[in-house]
Amino acid sequence: MKTSHAVYIAALAAASALPFVYRDPYHLHLLVLILIWSFAYTSWSIMGRFGLVSLGHGGFMGVGAYVTALLWNHLGVSPWIGIPLAMATAGLLAIVVGYPCFRFRITGHYFVLVTLALSGIVLQVITATRDYTGGSLGYTPNRTKGSQLLALQFDDKVTWYFIALFIWLLGLLVWRAIDRSMARHAMEAISEDEDAAAAAGVNVTAEKLKITVLSALMTALAGALYCQYQMFISPDTVSGISVSLQMVFAAIVGGLYVSLGPTVGAIITILLAETLRIGFGTNAVGWDNLVYGVLLVLFIIFLPQGILGSLTARLKRPTLKSARLKPQR
Amino acid sequence: MQAFLDIFDIYLLEAVINGILLGGVLALLALGLNLIFGVIDVTWICYAELVMIGMYGMYYLVQVFGLPYWAAAPLVILLVAAMGAALHYLVIAPLLTAPPINQLLATGGVLFILQSFATVAFGIDFRNLGIRLPVLVLGDMNFSYARLLSFAAALFGMVAVYLFMTRTFTGTAIRAISQDRQIMPLMGVDTRRIYLITSALGGALAGLAACLLVLQYDVHPFVGLSFGPITFLICVLGGLGNFFGGFIASFVFAEIISLGGLFSDLEWGYVLAFAFFIVMMFIRPAGLLARRR
Repeated sequence: MKTSHAVYIAALAAASALPFVYRDPYHLHLLVLILIWSFAYTSWSIMGRFGLVSLGHGGFMGVGAYVTALLWNHLGVSPWIGIPLAMATAGLLAIVVGYPCFRFRITGHYFVLVTLALSGIVLQVITATRDYTGGSLGYTPNRTKGSQLLALQFDDKVTWYFIALFIWLLGLLVWRAIDRSMARHAMEAISEDEDAAAAAGVNVTAEKLKITVLSALMTALAGALYCQYQMFISPDTVSGISVSLQMVFAAIVGGLYVSLGPTVGAIITILLAETLRIGFGTNAVGWDNLVYGVLLVLFIIFLPQGILGSLTARLKRPTLKSARLKPQR
Repeated sequence: MQAFLDIFDIYLLEAVINGILLGGVLALLALGLNLIFGVIDVTWICYAELVMIGMYGMYYLVQVFGLPYWAAAPLVILLVAAMGAALHYLVIAPLLTAPPINQLLATGGVLFILQSFATVAFGIDFRNLGIRLPVLVLGDMNFSYARLLSFAAALFGMVAVYLFMTRTFTGTAIRAISQDRQIMPLMGVDTRRIYLITSALGGALAGLAACLLVLQYDVHPFVGLSFGPITFLICVLGGLGNFFGGFIASFVFAEIISLGGLFSDLEWGYVLAFAFFIVMMFIRPAGLLARRR
């Protein structure tokens, strides 16, 4: 117990000290991306692990990014207010879509397809309002002339590294809080058998809605931060079906039943995508995604538990044995 | 003022009829997806991408190899049918006993593969067949022959599938499997063969849809995204696996898109359709044709 705390603190200290020792801008950039996407994947997994597979999270992320940027550019609203507003919008969207789904027992394939359509529709709206959002050409938040802090725009990669690290930790803490709450037991009961859970006194609709809204809020936050960091968003990079699928894949590759699984997934997928992108160069657009897609299908067929999930499952057996051999205290 | 109203009504009627014509092609797409779902219990997320590949097939056969349209169409239907069978054999069959969500995500991976394959192989330019079909003028209304032809061909395709399913032994076996997955193997039906045939049939329907859509729309690697989501909504609203429900829902959606597009951009028609879908879920959660319990 105490040793694991010490390990956490040491890891955190090492992570905080990193940018002071190592300052390669490209590698820092990769780290920031990995941390922000890890947070997004973690947000997806907090509902995905209970069998609530949503392909609508690309929609929530797009809402988070675009609402924040639009409020800043058109109304001059600081992201400090814009991000909560964007998160509220995404939460509202989650309620509008989630409530009828959960109330009327739309589960499994049906739920996946409804949420899939949601992310498609958000993409369509962004494209349709091209007078404001720039359509498929993308959108850039205006550079600030005043305070950087007020506009949440920093040129400094180190600052972003700390913001991303903080948000990533926040995601893990939310995961931990859910893991230790009654909601987890309720959700596990629901994912086993909804009728039985309802008969045992679980409010199925409310429990599912709670976790979905929480997940949508976090995803929107990830989208807004991604927008503030990259200073450029386009419908393809923050919304739509491909982003939704990307989230699910990363979570599955890492392993979605372990708290660090989505993070491992982010590390693997982002490093893979970057290696492929650099390896194939700019003149071979599409090759990277082709290899990516093939690897993902292979993963689902041969390693459905994810890398971290399979590893921990394999490591657990001997540790359980050794625990049993220990004399009881 | 009276003149304005006359014109408005004509436009409205034109939009309604165009909606019906669009509904035919959507119904074809929904039928293919419903067939796969009803029989194999798998959802092909990449269904619209198969259509996209088929559209490219038409483009290359007609524009590059100079085949006439009527000769290219059967080839493309065969090609996409083969792709459907390959998709089943390579991706779905190994996952048949896996949790349903894994099957669904694996086809999501195939969506990635097909999209990026099209980007690599064909580039991201918009392409079209270069066939300009004449426009039928009826009173003050204009209908393109492309749409009329698509509608007729889509209806023909659906009738053909209906006859296949009801009049042939294989069709009967397919329907029997969709009713009871456990019993049919005991009755001596080779489920693997039936699944392969069904997948090929679903692919063939996607191929037919591709031949028809390429008459009206330009093809690019991401064209699947513009009618994929709407097909999924149709299938859910009609009740997944429910052929007739999907048929009705296609026309309802096509009207919404067509009339919505009359007043604003086509994209808003899609948004309207989605809003309608959410409302319908409150009223008829188990699909349009479900009996109330």
